[in-house]
This record gives sequence, C-alpha cells and structure tokens, in this order.
Amino acid sequence: MANRAIPGVAAHATTDLPVMLPFNPKAGAHDELLVSRWLASVPPRYVFFLLLLWPVAAFAQGVDYTTADAFVALWRWIPFLTFQGFVFNILISVCAMTIGTLAGAVLGLAHVSRLRIIRQVAWFVTQLFRNSPWLVLLFIVLLAFPFQIEVFGTTIPIPGWVKAVIGLSLPIMANISEIVRGAVQSVPSAQWEAAESLAFTRTQTLWQIILPQCFKRMIPPWMNWYAILTMATPLCSLLGVGENINFTRQAMEAEGNRPELLVPFFGYSLVLFFAYCYPIARATMALEKRFALKL
Amino acid sequence: MNGFEEFFVRLAEDSPRWNFVWLYDERQAERILSGLWMTVKLSIACVILSVIIGIAGAWMQGAKNRVARAIVQGYIQFFRNTPPLVQLLFFYFALGQFTPVVTGPDGWTQIPVISNVGWAIISLSFFAGAFNVEIFRAGIESVPYSTREAAESLGMTRTQTYTNVVFPLALRVSIPALSNNLINLVKTTTQAFAIAVPELLYESVSVWNDFPSAQNPTMLLLFVVYISLVGVLAFGMTSWERKLRIPGYGE
Amino acid sequence: MSTWTEDQPIVSIKNVRKAFGTLEVLKGVSMDIMKGEVVCIIGPSGSGKSTLIRCVNALNDIQGGSITVEGQEVHTENLDKLALRKKVGMVFQQYNLFPHKTALENIMMAPVKVLREDKADVKERARELLKKVRLYDKEDSYPGELSGGQQQRVAIARSLAMRPDVMLFDEVTAALDPETVKEVLVTIKDLAADGMTCILVTHEMGFARELADHIYFTDRGVIVEHGPPDTFFDNAKDPRTKEFLDQIL
Repeated sequence: MANRAIPGVAAHATTDLPVMLPFNPKAGAHDELLVSRWLASVPPRYVFFLLLLWPVAAFAQGVDYTTADAFVALWRWIPFLTFQGFVFNILISVCAMTIGTLAGAVLGLAHVSRLRIIRQVAWFVTQLFRNSPWLVLLFIVLLAFPFQIEVFGTTIPIPGWVKAVIGLSLPIMANISEIVRGAVQSVPSAQWEAAESLAFTRTQTLWQIILPQCFKRMIPPWMNWYAILTMATPLCSLLGVGENINFTRQAMEAEGNRPELLVPFFGYSLVLFFAYCYPIARATMALEKRFALKL
Repeated sequence: MNGFEEFFVRLAEDSPRWNFVWLYDERQAERILSGLWMTVKLSIACVILSVIIGIAGAWMQGAKNRVARAIVQGYIQFFRNTPPLVQLLFFYFALGQFTPVVTGPDGWTQIPVISNVGWAIISLSFFAGAFNVEIFRAGIESVPYSTREAAESLGMTRTQTYTNVVFPLALRVSIPALSNNLINLVKTTTQAFAIAVPELLYESVSVWNDFPSAQNPTMLLLFVVYISLVGVLAFGMTSWERKLRIPGYGE
Repeated sequence: MSTWTEDQPIVSIKNVRKAFGTLEVLKGVSMDIMKGEVVCIIGPSGSGKSTLIRCVNALNDIQGGSITVEGQEVHTENLDKLALRKKVGMVFQQYNLFPHKTALENIMMAPVKVLREDKADVKERARELLKKVRLYDKEDSYPGELSGGQQQRVAIARSLAMRPDVMLFDEVTAALDPETVKEVLVTIKDLAADGMTCILVTHEMGFARELADHIYFTDRGVIVEHGPPDTFFDNAKDPRTKEFLDQIL
C-alpha cells in the first residue's frame, strides 16, 4: 500500500508531462512503516532532551505539595511500575505477537489459496479484524471467553491478561496476513511459471521459491506492527488487566490523587514506552534500508 | 407489542444467550441509539476538526516563520508517538483540572466548561490531526514548484496560488492516505470509553452488564456497526476521490 | 518613472549580476528591447539565459544592476508584483498548466481570480484566444488529454489572457516532440506578426534567424556577441560564437 499513486494525478499520465511529483509522505498514515519511520526519525540526542524535559515540565507546575515530593513518591513506585507493570506490557505484547504472527501467516497463505472459498473466508476474517476497533475486540474476547476451562477434570482459570493477549492478537493476525499476502503477491508471477515449468508443485513453489524471496521484506513491517502493538497494550488497563498504566493510576490514587503527580507518573510511562520502542524502530528502519538496497 | 418484538422475546426465552434486548425493550434501544448517535457525532466532529488542523498545520509548515514551523513539528512529534489512550487520559485528567468551571442551572453544581465529550473531541482531533498535517504536507510537496511559479507569474499571491492551484492538487493526491487515517480515527473513538464518554461501546458495555444474556447480540451489533461506519466512510472517500479524478491522467 | 514613452526601451536590462550562492550565473548583462521587437537569446546550456528572463518578471532576484519594464524598476523593495505580471507574460518549458482545470478554465483563471474581471467577458476572450492558438474545439479538454504541443499553446493563450505587453518564452519547444514543435512556433510567429514584444530563450536556430529582430549569444554569464540575425549567423566574430554555431548548425 505504500506510496499508492492517486489515479488521476500522480499515476502515469497519458502525456509526456510530469504534472505531479511522487506523493511521498515521510510518515503518511497509509505508510505501513509509519510508526517505526517516525520513531526512528527522532535523533538519539532528542531522547536525552525528552528525559530532561519530563522533570523540568513537572517542576514548572509546583505549588504546595511540591513536585519534588511527587518525584520522591514516583521513586518509591518505580520498581513496582516497572517490574510488575511494564514487564507485563512486554509479556502481553510478546505473547500476542507470537500468536498473531502464527495465525496471521496461516491466514495470509489462505489469501493465495487456489480454493475460492478459502480465499473468501480469509478475506472476510481479515477485513473483520482489521476494521474493528481494538478496544471492541478486547471487550469481546474478555466476555466471550470463559473465566475457566475444564480439562480432564481439572479446572484451569483463564486470567484477564491471557484474554488480553488473545484480544490483541486478533488485529495483529489480520494485519500480518496482509503483509504475507502482499509479500507473496509482490514476487513476479513469472517465478511461479518458471517453477511450474520445472515441475514444482504449488506447495513446493510456495515454500522453496516464493517465501524465501519475500521473507526478508516482511521483517520490517512485522517489527513495525510489534511497535504498534506495544503501544496498544495500555488499552488492557480499561479491562482491569494489571499492566503499567493501570498500576500507574492505582499508584497515583494511593498517593492521594494529587494533580502534581500526573506529569511525573504519566511521564514515566511515556518514557518507558519510548525507551522500549525507540531501539526497535531504529532497527526496523535500518533493516528496511538494508533490504531495500538488496532487493 | 408487535410480531417483530414478540419474536425476539421468544428467542430470548428459548436461547438465553441470544437476548436481543434492545430490539424489544424501549429503554435499552434508547441507550444503544444514543450511544450510536454519540459515536457518529464524535466521529463527524473529530473528522472535521482533524482535517482543519491538518490543513492549518500544513499551511503553517510552509510558513517562513521558523517558530511556527517548530511548533507544528513539535506538535506532530508529540501526538505521533504517544498512545491515543494516554493522550485522552492526560487531556482529561491533567488539563481538565485547569479549565474553568461554571455553576450549573441548579445553582450549586460546578460544571466544567469543557465536558468529557469535549475533551474526547479535542484529544482525538489533535491525535488524527497530527497525521493529517503530514499527509497534506506530502500532498503539497508533490505539486511541482514550477506549477506554483506559473501561478505566480500570472500574478497570483501566495494565498491565491495555495487556494486555487496547490491545495486542489494536493488534496487529490492526499485522499487515499487521508481516508486510511480517518478510518483509523473512527476506530479510535472507542477509546473515549476511558473517560466515560457515553458512545456506542460504553453503552453496549453497560447494556450487557445489566443484561448478561444480551452479550452475544450486542457484540454482533458492535461488529456490524463499526464495520458499517468504516464502510460508509471508505465508500464516501472513494467516490469523492473518483469525483475529483482529473480526466487524462491515470487509468 | 511613469514617463515612459514608446521610443524608449520597453525592457531595459543594465549590468545585471546574479549568483546562486557562490555560483555566479550572470556577470553583468545588459540589453535593451524596444516595443514590438522579437529578441532571441541563444547559447549553451548553463549560460544563464533562462535565469535572465526569469529575472525580468521577478521570479528570481538579482544581486546587482537593474531591470526596468516600461520604465518601472523591477527589483525594488516596493515592487507591485501584480502590475509587473500584468505587463509581462511568461511561458515555461514544461507548460505548467493546472492539471485540474480544463483548457478554458486555465485561461480564465488569472483574469477572473487575480484581476477580478467579469466572468462572461473573460470567457469570451478566452474562446477567442483559443481560436487564435487554433484550439477552439479543445476548450473542455483537460491538460492531460492534450498533446504537449497543444498544452503549450494553451499555456501561451493563458499568458495572453492577462493582456501583457511583453511575452517571455523560456525554451518553450525544448520538451516537445519534433512534430509538435512547428505548431507552437507558428503560434509564436502569429503573435510576433501582431506586434507583440517577445523575448525568447531558444535552441531553434532556424526560427531565430527567420523571426528575430535581434539575437543575443550568451556564454558563462556574459553576452558574447549580439546583432541582427543575418550578421550574427553569417559573420560571427567571436570564436566562442563560431564554435557554438558550428556545433549546432
């Protein structure tokens, strides 16, 4: 979908006139590497400015209950917010990504199935989960799944975070399937024909010829979706799942819900998410650049 | 009670997981409808405001004033990188405290000037607006400088060139990206749930809290409504794009 | 300086200097153009020809010297850009039509939006101009539906709609297919026959010889040689001019 030329203007003109330059948003919303491209565009020195800005902005407010007190309070909570809270965000994102990737790969291959009905089902599932709000999916999974399941007589409880993982993996699955489909279709059809003429079966062609060619170009968008997913994990707090944002709000409540607490506490969350996603984004763009040169 | 309603009452009795309560209970129907109406209002308000922010921001980015450009850049950087949910919470809880209050009609309640709906509109519009600025800026950059020069050599001022030539062309190039972003915006309105804006998701959750038997039908409704909303928006944008298509270019 | 009369140069360029950063493009260029004259500027690419005529309608600024159009100084702080651009029309190498407007709308746009003239009058005038450039049947076509030569003729009509006194042509045939070059040149010839003052930057030597009243040859930011076409083409004195003409003819 990247840089889709507008039929009518940026697309090929019937005349020799170069009417419009290529539409090339550095971070347009249609760009599939949007989040990573943007994050990676932040020069590393700004990361330090950001870290500086946070206490400075907080200190600029100070009234009675001083901002210094708020930071002392934050200091007490940091281990809890980080190791009980943020680690859970990472755990949720890693699990959801794993499930979403596996399911998405299967769904993506279903898009190029020779059976029409399978293609249609895959299309429907993809559209359904791509176009539904993430929060709606989370709620539905939370309610649709039982609190516990019985396996061979033993009762296994399903905690909220497991449901959150399932809920978040659904949109990831749909979007990964689009990446797989796009990558497979980006391999010229002549490759399929060449393989067929060498008596490869369709499955052999897919696994031995097509997928190895497009595997590399799937990695950057895949990592990009991981960054998006990580930034969506705070949504789980709305379902009462214990993660960073939820604990941050609880911690602020325990400290008396003072307005001075907001900037230090939410600021700490922002810094955590930024610190985690930033290196991933840099790596994504580095990989994208490297693969772009070779392909 | 007509036959239609009777059918769903009987269905609820026969299969307790499929209680379409909002199809025969007037009060629940009102809740769902008011939630739907709120979602629609929220979406329309945010779409319009975010497009205005996008146009204004893109215009400011082309300004000679370095401070104006730096402000826009800072704005984009901030709203791009933070989760919209955290933005909503931050706007509502942090900025919400500093907004003035007025005394309500009963003489003693204090009503903030900006309600939670107001904060949701502001926050979500700024979120989507940040992307719109970039989209329009890219569209403007795709208009060749020589086309602008031609307009200038015909005596047009910067504003005339912008409104008559640059923007109409930039808009055409920007529509697909704009469309994707606005669809994402409509989906993101559900997050206003976090500050208790009574939109469709919020009302649905409160309906199924009251009627656990109505969970399945309400989920189904949510899917249908959001897919339809997204579908209507996508359809509208596509037909707009087709209408603006310039003869002689493209397919 | 509103005392300009027709016996004075309509465009007067005096010792103009222009640099892009450290790169000096014009190193003191002077020329006078009288009303109704057709002047061709030729020379190797990168010799500053296009820059020079872009300076005449203030698309580029200058670092030294002066340019006047009908006695009005172009490069001053309080330049009335609109007044200048009404007097001076310009046609570009890449046509630069507005792709979202039809041929007729392209022509009507500036008089209606900039000069705020009556739309019906402008429409009538635009149709006449289209007839003049022999595109009467193309008024509802969009630029993308026209050939390069047709687009360039619309661009000429678009400039004429502002009723300029001077027309600048910046290598207007350079981007065209050989078979469409002629139709554009014929249009310019018609214009010249009507008495329009034309300044052309061109590589069409045959055209320059036939039509021009005066030819300037520029190289590396200076005017190397100038004169009426016959003298210029047959008795070039400067070795640089000779070399250039040998290569091109």
